[in-house]
Amino acid sequence: MALKVIKEQCTGCGLCVQVCPYNAIRLNDDGIAEVLESCILCGQCVDSCPMKALLMEEKHGEEATGYRGVMVFVEHEFGRINHVSFELLGKGRDLADKLTAPLCAMVIGDGAKDMAKEVGTYDVDEIYVVDAPHLREYQTNSYVREAENIINGYKPEIVLIGATTLGRDFAGALATRLETGLTADCTELDIDPERGLLMQTRPAFGGNIMATILCPYKRPQMSTVRPKVMPMPEKVTKDGVRIIGIEPVSTPKDLLISILDFIKDTAGTVNLADADVIVSGGRGMKGPENFKMLLELAQLLGGAVGASRAAVDSGWIPYAHQVGQTGRTVRPKLYIACGISGAIQHLAGMQTSDIIVAINKDPEAPIFKVANYGIVGDLFKIVPEMIRQLKERKEKARS
Amino acid sequence: MSLEVAVPAKERVSFRLRIVVCIKQVPSTEAKVQMDPVKGTLIREGVESVVNPFDEYAIEEGVRLKERYGGEVIVVSMGPPQAKEALRQALAMGADKAVLLSDRAFAGSDTLATAYTLSLAIKKLGEIDLVICGKQATDGDTAQVGPGLAQRLGFRQLTYVCKVKEINSESKKIIVERLLDEGIQVVETTLPALMTVVKDINQPRLPNVISIRRAARTEIPIWGPQDLNGDQAKFGFDGSPTQVIRIFTPPPRAGGQILEGEVPEVVSKLLDALSSQQVISI
Repeated sequence: MALKVIKEQCTGCGLCVQVCPYNAIRLNDDGIAEVLESCILCGQCVDSCPMKALLMEEKHGEEATGYRGVMVFVEHEFGRINHVSFELLGKGRDLADKLTAPLCAMVIGDGAKDMAKEVGTYDVDEIYVVDAPHLREYQTNSYVREAENIINGYKPEIVLIGATTLGRDFAGALATRLETGLTADCTELDIDPERGLLMQTRPAFGGNIMATILCPYKRPQMSTVRPKVMPMPEKVTKDGVRIIGIEPVSTPKDLLISILDFIKDTAGTVNLADADVIVSGGRGMKGPENFKMLLELAQLLGGAVGASRAAVDSGWIPYAHQVGQTGRTVRPKLYIACGISGAIQHLAGMQTSDIIVAINKDPEAPIFKVANYGIVGDLFKIVPEMIRQLKERKEKARS
Repeated sequence: MSLEVAVPAKERVSFRLRIVVCIKQVPSTEAKVQMDPVKGTLIREGVESVVNPFDEYAIEEGVRLKERYGGEVIVVSMGPPQAKEALRQALAMGADKAVLLSDRAFAGSDTLATAYTLSLAIKKLGEIDLVICGKQATDGDTAQVGPGLAQRLGFRQLTYVCKVKEINSESKKIIVERLLDEGIQVVETTLPALMTVVKDINQPRLPNVISIRRAARTEIPIWGPQDLNGDQAKFGFDGSPTQVIRIFTPPPRAGGQILEGEVPEVVSKLLDALSSQQVISI
């Protein structure tokens, strides 16, 4: 058991009972705190105890040795490197400098050598490349095998992966093969100056709380990192980037999945994960035909169209556009919520956006609590006016 | 307590899908999780526990595939004893059997330990064709247990599935559609496989009174570490490489501003504000 009650110090004040989110502590017949089976070791009670009578055992173990440096997994699809990989090179450089260790990248794919050249235009020390025709498309098994081989050979102490659709399919499988810790969807990364450990901070419970997580003993320490959180680094011109070609360990036989078809989504202009601007519609849109004006607004702003669950469940727009707890979590620079009341499930998927604009006729709608700018009124007047004025401004800018 | 479900391969006369659905009980989102600003601790007043929303789609898909191809659905959860309620809901929706993995030894599991423990339970259930998980749980939002479990089991990994098009009983091929960022990918693989599902895949049914009563009578065995043929050091807190060291409230959003006036005027104010903050480039 990792949570201990020091009976001599417990005064039976009951504070721990109150703070336990799982109702897993009670006062026993002697008036002393007792930890029950439902305890999940979240540690809330330890912080609450004024007598320091609750003690969470530290993780014990020996730090794996021989691991050094930061490794970034370079994600690409359709021959294009995902911008999150460059963001990770920027953050990775910062972490590597704090550790006075090298920053490396791994590029796996058909044409990886060419992609490595592009990676090399950023401030990176070494690039590991596996280039083979059968790695043309991402598949969990083949890519995980190659990454596992590189990591076991090079032994980085930190591995960073984008928390994208592809990255989250890959990272969970890879960390399991390596039997190491993985922290999902981080929004902050830093190095603990004393122990040199990676401090990984991420939102939980739909962004209502943040947690900082360590992986003290297993190596590598692995994180997936949310796109568009870390700034894009500058390109550099430097010599001496080492590109190391590695023979593939997988063969075409390791392709366990046959990709039969790909049906591109045409309803929105760009995908939500990549969009800097998202214009979302909810129940207040009243019908599918009205999403056309949101699309027009989104296109004027170079963005994509999102939706609340209510709009998706009404069949007005496909599920791929749903933002919120049972849809996608997004973090654009600008999120415009039109006719969305702001149920907590929706907020969980968008409340970390940089700027939120809410348009709703109900002044009491919860969406206004998270909005930087709110307009109380009729969206059927406001949205067309936004389109009109944006076009006007564009015209002016052109002339 | 044992559960008589293991079926040796040679006794399987005709194709019957044996499906495991993994579910998690999570705090209801309606009960907003907040921090006490003074004490810095979690407050979850009136916390109600529910089946993780994505797992409802997993249960429903398991039951639908059973109805389509024949077979059985076994639902597995790891959690405190009260997670039996979540399993009963799955039984009421049409799952045939349920197993709860519950023991102090499992407490403090991160995703690595959770996937390990679930994989041992699934191995104990005998030959399984398909494991279905929700895309992610709404409390942790990691989406890591599904892929981890597929690796542990050595099953083909199919994430973000929005449609099961076909399962061929002779070739044991499965064709599914995966919802990716820019569209839908159609893929084929061979069973056994593990898939994680998104909301688009189905509309979960509401259990009727008869099925709820039947579920209430179904015995749910509880398995602990002694029931699983595994390495004790890989369970729970000790088997979890990651450790939460701090929980805090994110800084509140900066105070919002309500723009007022006639429509052309408010829109103009809004666009000026967005433009001056360089959120839009016009």
